[in-house]
Amino acid sequence: MTAVTIIITVLGITASLALYRVIFGPSPWDRLIAVNLISSKVVMIMVAAAVFFERRIYLDVALVYAIIGFVSIIAISKFLESEDTDRK
Amino acid sequence: MIAYLFIILGLVFIFFGTLGIIRFPDIYTRLQTSSKCDAAGAVALLVGLMIREGLDSLSLRILLILVFLLLTNPVASHAIARSAAIRGIKPWRKKKKG
Repeated sequence: MTAVTIIITVLGITASLALYRVIFGPSPWDRLIAVNLISSKVVMIMVAAAVFFERRIYLDVALVYAIIGFVSIIAISKFLESEDTDRK
Repeated sequence: MIAYLFIILGLVFIFFGTLGIIRFPDIYTRLQTSSKCDAAGAVALLVGLMIREGLDSLSLRILLILVFLLLTNPVASHAIARSAAIRGIKPWRKKKKG
């Protein structure tokens, strides 16, 4: 077991545990929180892979993934905020 | 050695943050542990990876990602909490006996 195996395994298992909250979350905000968590974990997996496998292009992918995740979280939370959509 | 210490610290923070996501009873409490997991866990893990890499163009780019995560994760958490509060989600209270 090398270090990168342990890091990616722990991050993947915790992301799968957060997926439980995405599927069975009672309200849409719970799902949103879990999706935010999974998105940041995927960024961390990409950075770990970039450092340990010497692939520098993964860092650019991680940065763009973080930007897209942030914009989508803001957009979905503004969408849930409006009174027109009755989604309890 | 110090790098792996930081990485282990980050993984511990991430594990307990995810445990809080599953176990806690409310949106706001789940949001609190999710925010800790993002901030402390991600920062410790990325600082550990930077120390392992050394001063390099790669570690500077990791620093850029770290600053971006530090700027955007509290904003996203606040946006989620604000939208839940505007829609009238009440915070969780412990039920009184009797």
